[in-house]
Amino acid sequence: MILHELMSYELLRIIWWVLLGVLLIGFALTDGFDMGVSALLPFVGKTDTERRIAINTVGPVWEGNQVWFILGGGAIFAAWPPLYAVSFSGFYLAMFVILAAFIVRPVAFKYRSKRNDPRWRSAWDWSLCISGAVPALLFGVAVGNVIQGVPFHFTDDLHTIYEGAWYMKFIGLLDPFSILAGVVSLSMLVMHGGAWLTLKAEEGPVQTRARAIGSVAALVAVAAYILAGLWLAVGIEGYAIMGDYVTGGPSNPLHFEVARTSSWLNAYTARPWIAVAPVLGVLGALLTFMGLRAGREVSTLLFSKLAIFGVISSVGLTMFPFIMPSSSDPQSSLTVWNSSSSHLTLFIMLVATAIFMPLILMYTAWVYKVLWGKVTAADVSEDSPSAY
Amino acid sequence: MEFGIVELSRLQFAATAMYHFLFVPLTLGLSVIVAIMETVYVMTNRPIWRQMTKFWGLLFGINFALGVATGITMEFQFGMNWSYFSHYVGDIFGAPLALEGLMAFFLEATFVGLFFFGWEKLSKVQHLAVAWLVAIGSNFSALWILIANGWMQNPVGAEFNPMTMRMEMTDFFAVIFNEVAQAKFVHTVSAGYVTAAVFVIGVSAWYLLKGRHTELARRSITVAAAFGLASAFSVVLLGDESGYSATHSQKMKLAAIEAMWETHDAPAPFNLVGFPDQEARETHYAIEIPWAMGLIGTRSLTTEIAGINDLVAQAETRIRSGMIAYDALMQIREGREATAPEVKATFEAHSADLGFAFLLKKYVDDPRDASEEQIVAASNDTVPTVWPLFWAFRIMVGLGFGFIATMGYFFYRSSFKGMEFPRPALWLAVIMIPAPWIAAEMGWFVAEFGRQPWTVDGVLPTAMSVSALSMTEVALTLAGFVIFYTVLFIVEMGLMLKYIRKGPFQDVEETDLWTKRHNDRLSGRPSAIQPAE
Repeated sequence: MILHELMSYELLRIIWWVLLGVLLIGFALTDGFDMGVSALLPFVGKTDTERRIAINTVGPVWEGNQVWFILGGGAIFAAWPPLYAVSFSGFYLAMFVILAAFIVRPVAFKYRSKRNDPRWRSAWDWSLCISGAVPALLFGVAVGNVIQGVPFHFTDDLHTIYEGAWYMKFIGLLDPFSILAGVVSLSMLVMHGGAWLTLKAEEGPVQTRARAIGSVAALVAVAAYILAGLWLAVGIEGYAIMGDYVTGGPSNPLHFEVARTSSWLNAYTARPWIAVAPVLGVLGALLTFMGLRAGREVSTLLFSKLAIFGVISSVGLTMFPFIMPSSSDPQSSLTVWNSSSSHLTLFIMLVATAIFMPLILMYTAWVYKVLWGKVTAADVSEDSPSAY
Repeated sequence: MEFGIVELSRLQFAATAMYHFLFVPLTLGLSVIVAIMETVYVMTNRPIWRQMTKFWGLLFGINFALGVATGITMEFQFGMNWSYFSHYVGDIFGAPLALEGLMAFFLEATFVGLFFFGWEKLSKVQHLAVAWLVAIGSNFSALWILIANGWMQNPVGAEFNPMTMRMEMTDFFAVIFNEVAQAKFVHTVSAGYVTAAVFVIGVSAWYLLKGRHTELARRSITVAAAFGLASAFSVVLLGDESGYSATHSQKMKLAAIEAMWETHDAPAPFNLVGFPDQEARETHYAIEIPWAMGLIGTRSLTTEIAGINDLVAQAETRIRSGMIAYDALMQIREGREATAPEVKATFEAHSADLGFAFLLKKYVDDPRDASEEQIVAASNDTVPTVWPLFWAFRIMVGLGFGFIATMGYFFYRSSFKGMEFPRPALWLAVIMIPAPWIAAEMGWFVAEFGRQPWTVDGVLPTAMSVSALSMTEVALTLAGFVIFYTVLFIVEMGLMLKYIRKGPFQDVEETDLWTKRHNDRLSGRPSAIQPAE
């Protein structure tokens, strides 16, 4: 096996860093509207029929969308094992809450309409709402923490040790900046859910309410995102790798020197072109706001996707090459150059991704095409056994 | 045994994995049975087969939801609770998990929605293709996760890299075509097929006993019995194949399952039943079948199978060799690229035993400081607790042969006796519904408990694999999972029973042409019981 030597280790790491972003964005674009719609459910639907319309806009596709989340976990494991090990055990209780939400959601979708009892249905509706809103919030909170650095260090054997008491690993996540980041992600996904409902729900109360709430969420997202950017400029220290280092060497964080620097935003002087990401984020959200107000359907969803793309990629581009810095022991920080899989594994996984990702995109697109069209009250009438 | 974070984390993993595995086998098998039913519908155009597809598809959907929901936990739990494991072997173990997502999860999850929502939107052939894609996706996911698990049992195609302090992949194809993984895959999916067959026959038998939906029930039994009979043979044969591959890759597990303390002259006997005594290292009141073990394990009459006592002695040798490797590793860690070539050569020579030195970490921080007693204690630790393995294995195998007999009987009745079944047989089928789940859980238990004290056999001890979490955290999540899963299980069972009681959406009659042919065929054979249809 020398085929993998054809691509340099450094290049493969950069590609996998991009693919990490692609996965997170893919997850936010697809499962994001599921979470948004779930969070909106009790507010856009007042009657059972209205709620079933909202649920059935995502009914046939949420399962496939959720795989982005699972694939995200698997791909991080395969391509960035130290990141997988450090982040999931470091955010232990937060991960549990997210998992709980992701366990309730499939069950709620499947089981909600299988009984006629209004209390049964209402209970599942609220669990859908919570299981959509809570992860949407926590994903942002986690990003907020990563931007500021997470308190962990490696031993010489590369065991991960977390500083502080166990409850601080959950309560401690909720500092003001991270909560602000959580507001960005929650409002962004609510906006996305609103845009999806505008496209997929028939004209009527569900669509009207989705447009109203979605447009407010778009404005909140823009405001919170800009505020977080200003906060980064004045209040939060960044990180930098010090001295000479190799980008194609072994994945061992302890072989690098890292120190805190004045600001993450220095990246914009070093690589001015990355400013395009935050601009797209803000512009996309504003265009979504206008689209929702005007009642445009297809283009609004596209703008909403653009906003999500811009916001998520801005975080990655600003932090590059850092993936998960350590606040208590900067030397333990995870970067693109020290926390990947081996050269061979990265290459094999890239080949597999190059084969299967286009296939996945093709058949997913076909499924969306088959399901194209609006969900109407007639679709969810009680004698239609295939609807949720 | 002291109960600490390792034991608590193991308990959580066992609870969540075994719970997940309540839903997986039925998903694996029912997806295929439903696809077969729909194939018959598309080929013959008889509406009753469409009815069957929809009815069993609905039960499949209820089960599938929980399989997906509990599977998510599995994907993330390695990082949450087993972070050192994730770091240490993620380079190899992560790849099949990611491939599972790419090749299998997307396939099944994208098309399962279309299976339920697409009846009016797709042509017949398109919908059939969707049903098969769901079945293929489900079965592919079993392939990849068992390649990952097979690697933990028999870690091939990888070596330790001292610069990154972890195992790294050297040969991807060795990982994929690992003989343990391949045998496990076929054994596990076959077990899933048997589970679904027993389930379909049991539910249908209940309908026949109640005199409801008899048309649907008879045909369902016919499909399930044929499918189940083939699978039951496959599950036992491939189980035997797993045993054969364990003879060279996992000697200790095999010896523990057999409660074989001493190496026996070839061919070794098989202990049918007995009472293993871990302290005294002997098995009381054993009933032996001469030669059987030697034949199963080595497929020869002359090859010896090592007993536990000899394997412990081998482990001691490997621990001493591992201590040399550990010493060299510490020097490499200090010196990095500048390390003397002799040290590197020493490490190379002993690196295969590095994991055995880690067994000492339970007793001393630095394995190089271990005393003679600690080395002996660590070698004794390589023996898993024998009696649960011994009995779990025998329950599983006993049930396996039971499935062959049951499936054979129902296949005979449905193929040659005009789909007429005596009531006691129907009752037996209803009572048997839980049996395949018991067998499947026992199988998992043997595979995973039998690998102890290792997470990756001979490479990484379980005690070293855990995350640095507090007992409180893990206790909280364990309690959370248990409460959560219990509630979901009750809800799931409630819905399953509700929809089974309710039966198919509407009963559909068999076509006249088919009924006439069926009656003609039966009347040509006077011994056959007259159909009650």
